Amino acid sequence: MAGKQKVVGHHILLRHRDIPDIGKLEVYREQGGFETFEKAVTKMQSQELKDLVHNSGLRGRGGAGFPTGLKWKFVDDNNWPHYLVVNADESEPGTFKDREIMEKNPFQFFEGIMISAFAIGANEIYIYCRGEFWQLAHELDKHIEKLKKAGLLGEKLFGTDYALNIYTHLGAGAYICGEETALLESLEGNLGQPRLRPPFPPAVGLYGKPTVVNNVETLANVALIVEKGADWYRSFGTEESAGTKVFSLSGRVKKPGNYELPFGTTYRELIYEYGGGIIDDRQVKGIMSAGASSRVIIATDEALDTPMAYETVPALGADLGSASVIILDETVDMKWLVNKTIDFFKHESCGKCTPCREGNFWMLNLTRRIASGEGSSEDVELLHDVASNIKGKCFCALGEFSTEAVVSSIERFPEDFKV
Amino acid sequence: MNALQEKYTKDIEAVLEKYPEDRKRSAVMPLLYIAQREGGFVTKQDMADIGEIIGITSTEVASIVGFYTLYHDEQAGKYRIQVCTDMPCALRGAEEFLENLCGNLGIQVGETTEDGLVTIEEVKCLAGCDKAPMFQVQSETEIAYHEDQTVESTMELIENWRKEEK
Repeated sequence: MAGKQKVVGHHILLRHRDIPDIGKLEVYREQGGFETFEKAVTKMQSQELKDLVHNSGLRGRGGAGFPTGLKWKFVDDNNWPHYLVVNADESEPGTFKDREIMEKNPFQFFEGIMISAFAIGANEIYIYCRGEFWQLAHELDKHIEKLKKAGLLGEKLFGTDYALNIYTHLGAGAYICGEETALLESLEGNLGQPRLRPPFPPAVGLYGKPTVVNNVETLANVALIVEKGADWYRSFGTEESAGTKVFSLSGRVKKPGNYELPFGTTYRELIYEYGGGIIDDRQVKGIMSAGASSRVIIATDEALDTPMAYETVPALGADLGSASVIILDETVDMKWLVNKTIDFFKHESCGKCTPCREGNFWMLNLTRRIASGEGSSEDVELLHDVASNIKGKCFCALGEFSTEAVVSSIERFPEDFKV
Repeated sequence: MNALQEKYTKDIEAVLEKYPEDRKRSAVMPLLYIAQREGGFVTKQDMADIGEIIGITSTEVASIVGFYTLYHDEQAGKYRIQVCTDMPCALRGAEEFLENLCGNLGIQVGETTEDGLVTIEEVKCLAGCDKAPMFQVQSETEIAYHEDQTVESTMELIENWRKEEK
């Protein structure tokens, strides 16, 4: 953290907490809103914008942490049209950040996606919202109408030849559609099942055309990066994790919620300084760093003092992921926990790959028995074995994700599984 | 024009405009939401009509209905209360909330109250983990969130629906 700025009292993403009415278009414009979009369209080149975002160190906030500018540079310029698809299918248990950004600071989100579309040469943006965000999607539709009326969307923007339109598309309850190729399948009207990669979407995406799929939070950063520059953005966070992150804090803390903090903030700060500590002042037992897909971190002093960044969390045998931090206190039984995570993944497995589809079915049989106290030590061994055999054998990460809490809990909290 | 098109001509046109001319299949999901506006579920005839509009078979439409949890092919209560009991919500009392709510209503998960007004369902994460216990209400007209709930506040909501019915 030394030498790095702290973001206190001024948020980059959750700016509605500093400027309460920023969700209104006129207030957003009073703050200079959409001036950067106009500047980009009238004065900047696509390559310049891609370089700028690349140099800012911005990484994908959906979980994978892939460098955003690099993804943009992979877009095939010999195949047109291009599409920008916004992944607003926020469904990882423990994650509720994109919803707050779109609900409370929508126009910064819109300006971000509009600049990004211009940068990759897209004239059309689809926002894929999870179906449960029904009300939110209807609000976004109203905002889109306002942007059209203000001359910020449509044909010949700012007197140039650039045209841009935005459409929302509602999912209908399927976690798998957060996986970018499953999302594209769903948007094309098919079952939401992942595609084999390569080719990746920047080469062959929506309707077979070059497509960038980015997460809401990722794109909400773009307007300020373009306005203030890559160096400004890099002044927040750590060497390999530039900027701030919205940490969704849930579980057994006194004050759950979203906290936008610079990368490099420690788990201890998040839990105790921002989250108010553990309910009833109990001891913290484990941390799930990336929602239900996490390996469970043993909450030692060393773990609590670990900075939250893409490059530091792996030392704890876990990943930063989408930074959906679920706190487990000393009363949480890990047998119960793995039964809950497997119940989720069994329900959400799309059925395409046998190891995930069948593996989760059998894992749920085992975790139910184990959680009810009727499992044998052979059941625990078998559960570990089934999980280990799913790993690395599926089209997408869901299969992998389903095994993380199981394997790590059995290995790291063996006392909870003793029969 | 089939029955669905006649009933929702403008809405269906608006949906089809969102997607390229030769990619009408993309409209299957929004069209299913339109079909559910009456009765809260999709009939076999709706599936055939949707298939006809976008050029796929009704079997393909049915496979989409089956894949996603927010589409229904059977009637339930007017209001489907869909309680999240996923792990982060469960860590904040969602399972007890669901059990007590069912107890108060005298029904089990998946059942509908005698007056046909409320069906209780248990669902996966709704991205409201910091405001548990929480649920969404799916009805013919919308899907709406209700967060930081107690059994008392939920029973009050249900009582208000009952008054509206009278």
